[in-house]
Amino acid sequence: MNAQGVDKGRRRVLVAATSVVGAVGVGFVAVPFIASLNPSARARAAGAPVEADVSKLEPGALLRVKWRGQPIWVVYRTDQMLEALPTNDPKLVDPTSEVDHQPPYCKNPTRSIKPEFFVAIGICTHLGCSPTYRPEFAPDDLGKEWKGGWFCPCHGSKFDLAGRVFKGVPAPTNLVIPKHMYTNETTILVGQDEGAA
Amino acid sequence: MSAETAQTTPKGFLGWVDKRFPVIDTWNKHLGDYYAPKNMGFWSLFGSLALVVLVLQIVTGLWLAMSYKPAAADAFASVEYIMRDVEWGWLLRYMHSTGASFFFIVVYLHMFRGLMWGSYKKPRELLWMIGVLLYLAMMATAFFGYLLPWGQMSYWGAQVIVNLFAAVPKVGEGLSTWVRGDFVISDATLNRFYALHFFVPFLIAALVFLHIVALHRVGSTNPDGIEIKEHKDENGKPLDGIPFHPYYTVKDTMGLVAFLAIFAAVVFFAPDFGGIFLEPPNFQPADPLKTPPHIAPVWYFTPYYAMLRAVPPIAGSQFPGVVVMFAAILIMFLLPWLDRSPVRSMRYKGILSRGFLAAFAVSFIVLAYLGLQPASDLYTLLARIFTVVYFAFFLLMPIYTKLEKTKPVPERVTT
Repeated sequence: MNAQGVDKGRRRVLVAATSVVGAVGVGFVAVPFIASLNPSARARAAGAPVEADVSKLEPGALLRVKWRGQPIWVVYRTDQMLEALPTNDPKLVDPTSEVDHQPPYCKNPTRSIKPEFFVAIGICTHLGCSPTYRPEFAPDDLGKEWKGGWFCPCHGSKFDLAGRVFKGVPAPTNLVIPKHMYTNETTILVGQDEGAA
Repeated sequence: MSAETAQTTPKGFLGWVDKRFPVIDTWNKHLGDYYAPKNMGFWSLFGSLALVVLVLQIVTGLWLAMSYKPAAADAFASVEYIMRDVEWGWLLRYMHSTGASFFFIVVYLHMFRGLMWGSYKKPRELLWMIGVLLYLAMMATAFFGYLLPWGQMSYWGAQVIVNLFAAVPKVGEGLSTWVRGDFVISDATLNRFYALHFFVPFLIAALVFLHIVALHRVGSTNPDGIEIKEHKDENGKPLDGIPFHPYYTVKDTMGLVAFLAIFAAVVFFAPDFGGIFLEPPNFQPADPLKTPPHIAPVWYFTPYYAMLRAVPPIAGSQFPGVVVMFAAILIMFLLPWLDRSPVRSMRYKGILSRGFLAAFAVSFIVLAYLGLQPASDLYTLLARIFTVVYFAFFLLMPIYTKLEKTKPVPERVTT
């Protein structure tokens, strides 16, 4: 066939049609490659609720359990600690927990179901380090105003004993509180609440 | 080798191969008959050194891969196994870990040379941009590799960096989960980072190939920043050029010997380099429940890390800091178009260009230092100042390169 015999319009249509069908095919084939990188069924199942037994927890102490591979803190707050909480309010970004980082039943001044037991995901809302528990009052390095809380070693974020973030630190929001419920007086089930049951 | 001898077809085995594969043509085009400026001094060594370190990393990495296990339960122990039980395993590992830091030292010097000589200017824009891509691919490889020993610093460093993606508005949280393949850094993350740490070097090798193809298309530049192709002898050879082989192959070998002496000294006597090449917390296995008291990335990432920390959150979002950090790297792509100077080399540029380059180099080093230190008010302030200096070098370049008076450029190379 010589050059005059080429039907250019028809060639263009065929090339365009083949390209479009090919592109759609590539799009579909991309699905397994992208989706396989999501958390696997096993990783999602590891999100199953875990129990924390607080019967032996000393007042003021912190208990760590692992849920979804993340540290979950359970703190037994003393009366002195609880009384100090409202005094932090003026220095906090979100003292009344307006940002949706807790289940509705924890949107209260102590951010907990029972005031003495505080449950939170021990991951800084800044870049995911696990803050250090600093329950003491007025230590040298954190200042006279410090009434217990968490200090993140990575970038210096500070939280009070209700996981509320202080102003002027890199972390933008309060610590996240997972769904949890009491299965009896001293056992907390993390990752599930009355609503899910 | 002259053009005539290149035409004669050799006999024997070489002749048999050359009929089927262009051995002699390729050799001549890229080595024997590739003319490089005769005045490329000390600073031209780092390109070929980077190539050697790349080969060293690939070879030691392949050998380490034969004994390493990319699983959360085994990774830390398998590195200890390499260090203690595998014959010469400690040397392979120290060559690989020291090689990573030396790779960045060599590449940073190579890039600084490019800034001094104006190597990014027309017609070398693509050459420069392929180089920036190489730098990005290197950083990706180093980042993936740093998770593999599964120490405390590996774990929490990766946790912080992957969480940077979570700062992207709207899609961030899902994106970081997708990158990790889990809700935290876990076995799945380690496994995929290992695969990527193995794969990205293939990409680097391909980019190095393109980098050299682009270089040999436009020719090597030199401290005078002038084109040797403009003055040729009667045979069409540049008057100021000498064939890469044997002249530069010998010179680069000389540089390599000096480099290897320094490299070996670090490998044998200070493989952790005072906690800078291998950080102390990484000698403890990863603990997802506890962050070490002070974490910082490895030194070659710390300038960008210092910038990230320097930017305050805006409207409760860390995203601006992340943008600044990535912009600091991506802005390098624009360099060929930011420099409006009529001359290439610092030798003939004015006082402003020299001053800004010096300030840029200082800010890079200071930021690297700050990124290694815990944040304090003074350090945050310094980091902010030097972040501004870093960006001023790029963003003010169209102005100061236009304003300043340049010196006359010679026709022929000077030394």
